[in-house]
This record gives sequence, structure tokens and C-alpha cells, in this order.
Amino acid sequence: MSDVVEARPGPGPAGTGPGGDDGPRRSMLRQLFLRPETGSLVGAVVIFVLFFVVAGPFRRVESFATITYEASVLGIMAVAVALLMIGGEFDLSAGVAVTTSAITAAELSYQLTLNVWVGVIAALAVSLAIGWFNGYLVVRTGLPSFLVTLGTFLMLQGVNLAVTRQITGTVSTQRISDMDGFGSLEAIFASEWDIGGVRFRTVILWWLLFVAVATWVLLRTRVGNWIFAVGGNEASARAVGVPVAKVKIGLYMAVGFAAWFVGMHLLFSLQTVQAGEGVGNEFQYIIAAVIGGCLLTGGYGSAIGAAIGAFIFGMTRQGIVYAGWNPDWYMTFLGAMLILATLTNLYVKKLAARR
Amino acid sequence: MTRRHRPDRATTRPRLRSSPRRDASPPRLRSVPRRDASPPRLRAALAVVLAVTAAACSSSGGREAEEERERAAEAGNAGPPQYTVAFVTHEAPGDTFWTIVRAGAEEAAARHNIELVYSNDPEGLRQANLVQNAVDSQVDGIAVTMNKPDAMTPAVQQAVEAGIPVVGVNSGMDAWQNAGAIMFFGQDETIAGQAAGERLSEEGVSSVLCVLHEQGSVSLEARCDGAASTFTGTIEKLYVDGTNMPSVRSTIQAKLAEDPGIERVLTLGAPFAVTAVQSVADAGSAAQVVTFDTNAELVAAIEAGDVLWAVDQQPYLQGYLAVSGLWLQITNGNDIGGGEAVLTGPSFITSENIDAIAEYAQRGTR
Repeated sequence: MSDVVEARPGPGPAGTGPGGDDGPRRSMLRQLFLRPETGSLVGAVVIFVLFFVVAGPFRRVESFATITYEASVLGIMAVAVALLMIGGEFDLSAGVAVTTSAITAAELSYQLTLNVWVGVIAALAVSLAIGWFNGYLVVRTGLPSFLVTLGTFLMLQGVNLAVTRQITGTVSTQRISDMDGFGSLEAIFASEWDIGGVRFRTVILWWLLFVAVATWVLLRTRVGNWIFAVGGNEASARAVGVPVAKVKIGLYMAVGFAAWFVGMHLLFSLQTVQAGEGVGNEFQYIIAAVIGGCLLTGGYGSAIGAAIGAFIFGMTRQGIVYAGWNPDWYMTFLGAMLILATLTNLYVKKLAARR
Repeated sequence: MTRRHRPDRATTRPRLRSSPRRDASPPRLRSVPRRDASPPRLRAALAVVLAVTAAACSSSGGREAEEERERAAEAGNAGPPQYTVAFVTHEAPGDTFWTIVRAGAEEAAARHNIELVYSNDPEGLRQANLVQNAVDSQVDGIAVTMNKPDAMTPAVQQAVEAGIPVVGVNSGMDAWQNAGAIMFFGQDETIAGQAAGERLSEEGVSSVLCVLHEQGSVSLEARCDGAASTFTGTIEKLYVDGTNMPSVRSTIQAKLAEDPGIERVLTLGAPFAVTAVQSVADAGSAAQVVTFDTNAELVAAIEAGDVLWAVDQQPYLQGYLAVSGLWLQITNGNDIGGGEAVLTGPSFITSENIDAIAEYAQRGTR
């Protein structure tokens, strides 16, 4: 599998990871072509042009803002999940973990009449703890992360409903918008600004920031090398001294952090949280990452690709409606995208391996 | 057969296709003589094909009956769409209930030369985005379900600020006015539940099992709680996994076997009532099934006496009135309901009025 590690994107000054050197310099064009996100970028352009041609409303700036917003909420999670997948693991609990985080913050603040900041910080602790728990179980037991996080997913789904119903007697949290701290937190997580009559949301900026940070970590730091190494070949990574357990637990905690962030966005933009939501989103994160060039086997992928994957999601979901098509076809469209993206990745991987 | 070939239809409605069966046969027949020049065999083949085609036709139901209905529905449609209306619901894809709502909306759209853009998402944030989508598209009107009022209110307010008339449909009885919607068509779930509870009391039963097919739905809880508030006996809640019918069947059966005293099973959706009938039979229980909402299978079950009655919130009416109400607002500045919600239910479907309704259910509008 070391060939996969070798095919990781970008040379980077720290490119002396376990995969070895980049070898002879490739041509610029070839390097660009071999980047994991290239396939998804082509797909995104094709879809953009398609909807631009067929759907009149799609061409408006307002529509672009709506699509980017849709993409950002999914994309923040997709970036963290992509890092985790490059590190060779899955997290099926990521979807409901978002809801768990939002419920924790809302109920803790409301029931104990605390400043909302306290609830939000407690929710961060809970989310990181869930990530740590997932990572620790995966690392210590050696069980497939698919199974471990499937267990966490089911448990959290149950906890979300059971705790909410137990405390509130209903299935959504109480409104906390009149409590101390709500205003400042809303400004951080869910504010909007107006540019020439078009509403943009802060969460889009956060998303871009997270993508930039994740890309920098992957391509420019020692931790990034570790992530590629751990996902590419765990045994040899361990042999050359990569702290495998720490890297994996850290990646799960990064997913926990993203779940917290998105959970807070939901809470502060919707004010109440429905306990049953989030189920099924975990696959959308994985799909966005895979469309963006992540391999299911780990060791390969990019954060920018995951962001493009999320953008493809947003364009497709909204574009079908802008075009006035029957939204029943959305999933079909998405499935075709997924298979196309996977085939592209396979092709690129073969090209890379041939080097 | 003949009505399909009416020339006016063929010219004015390109959507109306003749059956693919017969479209395919002429080329095949034409190619036969080239390969095989014996005319008797050609005639025999032709006869066989014709006989099979004729025998393969059903005299009732099927696509043909459906097309006939569509034609009837579009009888008043006289030109290209003049307005666009977005219909945004919280439907989890593939629920029979929403098919009926949509059928009503589409018929009203066809009658008023409206282009209907239907979209749906069960998650609050994404449904709100779909409303934003409609605003971006500069539609002429929006009909929206407000099942998650807090999530939907800001989006509806945006639409209202943008000068687009909005009507609430189905759920959000407490939220639509505050959000700035001008009309509301739906059923108050608590009132519907209370009506069911009163009816159960009149029937003199004392033990009822309320089957909730979804964990965490405010409107389902309101139905059970409403029934409990007016019912003189005891109502017990049973949660089942509505996306897994075999599990629904066995869970209800197990509960009935465990508690033989249950006299009525109250389900909250038509598909679950049909399943509950099977559970009752499996468990050998004496309980009878009653339900909220209807579909074609349920109407048949009431006709057969398997289900006692159904609380009908008339989903077709919700779709139809929402689009018609928007049309009246757009073209004539009218609003229906005088600022109050227009209730589309509860009405009861029982063995007494089933005959009239069965016909409508068969064509998917009740």
C-alpha cells in the first residue's frame, strides 16, 4: 500500500514521510491531474454548467448564496470526515453527534438556567469526549471502525430521543433565544450579512477557514504526514515511529469538534433542536469526502476535495429545485455522481500507481 | 381505445403518449417480410400479435385510467403557465399521504395555469433552505408546511419580506400567523385527536393502544395526547419503527398478545392501520383497528370491515386549497379564512359513508 502513500498530493517541504520521496519532478499538468480533488472539480464544473444552462434562477447571486450555505453546513463535517478517512477510519456516528451536541447545549443551559456560553462549552466537551471514545475503542480493540461507530451511532440516536423526552416531555428542546449569551453566540455561529441585497451567512466563512486549516495541516505539517501514513499503511507507519493511536484518536476528536460546531450552528439558527434529526447525514459526509477523492481504504484524499464534494451536494439539491425538476430524482442523481467520482478516483489511482 | 386517438388531444397535449406496447409493434411487423417472404406466416404472425395485444389490455384501471383522470383534471387548463408556485413540505420521501396532497396541489395548479414546483426535506434546516430556494427563484407564491416552526419561521419571513405571498399547509397551526403567512389550510392535530377520543368513548371501550410510527414527531404525539384528553378509558402509547413494516407488525402483535384487554388499536397513519389488522389476526386478539389518515388500501379495509373508521384530514383539500388560495391572492388579492386557519379536518370515514369515498380513493384523491 506504500504506493498509495507515495501518491499523496503535493510535494511539500515535509515530504519525507514513510512513503519516501516524490522521485523525479513531474510536469505541472500531470501533478495537477493526479491531485485527489481534480475529478471532483471537473464534476463540479460540469454540474454547475448544466444547471446554469437549464435553470434560470440558478444564475442569480442569491441562488449562489443559498447553495453555498447548504454546502457549508454539510461541508464543515465533510472536511473533518475526510481527514478521518484519509487516516483510514470511518465515523458513522457523525450525523447524530451533531444533534447530540446541540441538545446538550440547549438542555444544559435551559434546565439549569445557565448562561448559554456554559452550555456551549459543555457541549464541546461532550462532543470531544464522544470522539475520544470512538477513537479509543477503535485503537484499543482493533475492531473495524465501521462496527464501533455504528454502535455509537445507535446509542447516540437513542440517547438523543430518550433524554430529550425524559427532560422536556416532548421531542424538541425548549427555545433558549431569550437567555444570556444567546446574542453573542448567535453572532459567532449563525449571523448573516448583506452584500447588495444578498444574504450571506458567517458559517460559509467558517467552512472556508476549516478547509484552509485542514489543507494546511495535511500538506504542510508533520501531523499531515502522519495522517497519510496511518491511513496508507498502519503497520509501517508504526514501525517508523508515527504515534498511530494518538493520530487516530485525534482525528475522531476533530470530527467531534466539527459536530459541535455544526450542532451550534443548528441551535443558534433554529433556536430549537428536533431530537430525531441527523440520522442518515453521516453517509452524506462520507459521500462528499469520496466524491472529493478520498479512498475508502484510507491514505489518499484531500480536504479541498471534500469541500468540492459538499458543494456538489448543495448544487444538486438546490439545482434540481431551481430547474423545477421533480426532487424525487435527487438521490438518483447523487448516486450517479458517486459512482462517476469513484470511477474517476480509481482511474487516477491506477495512473498514480503506474508511476 | 378510441378516446386516446382523439385528434384534439394528440395536437394539444404532447405529454399524452399512446401506449408503448403498440408504438413498438409496427416496426417489428414491417421488418418481418424482409427476413421471411411467406405471406401466410406473416398473416398468422400479425393475427397472433393482434390477439396478444388485445388480450393484454385491461378493461379497467392501469395507466389508461390514470391518463383519463389527468385529462379530466386538466380540462380547465387553457394555456401556458402564467404563475409559478413553490410547494415545500417536510415529506420524508415516499409517503402515500403526501402523494395525495401533491395530487390536490397539481390539480389546482393545472386549473389555474400555474407551474407547480414541489420540493421536500424532512430536516428543518434543509426545508428552510428550500423556501430560500423558492425566494431566489422569484416564484409568485409559496405554500409551505411548518412542521418545525422555529426552523421555518425565519425562512417564511424572508419570503414575506421579498413580497411573495405565503400560505401554511398541513402543520404549523401555531406559527403561520407569526411568520407572516396569509392563509393556513390544515388540521389541528390536538382537535383531531380529541375527536377520535370522543368517538372511542362513545363506542364504550376502555382500553386503547395508540401506535406511534415515528419517534420524535410533535404532530403524532399531539394526536395521541388529544385522544387521551377526551377519552374516558386509558390510552397506552406504543412506539414502532415506521420504516420497517415487518417490525411494526410483530411489535403490535407482541403487545396485543401481552395485553389481551386491549379493545382498540389506534394507528396514526393509513399504512400502519393495514398492518395492524394483520397483527390483530396474528395475535388472535379481539381488538379492532381505528386510524388517522387514509389511502386507497385503507378505504378498501374499511369497506371490508377490517378497519372501523378513519379520521380524515383531507390531504387532497390541503394541496388544492393552498394552491387555489395563492392563485386567488395573486390574481385578486383575496384571502381565505379571514386571518384564521381553515380546517380541513377532522372528518370521519366509516362504513356508512365509505361507498361515496371509495371511488375517489381509488383514483388517488382521498
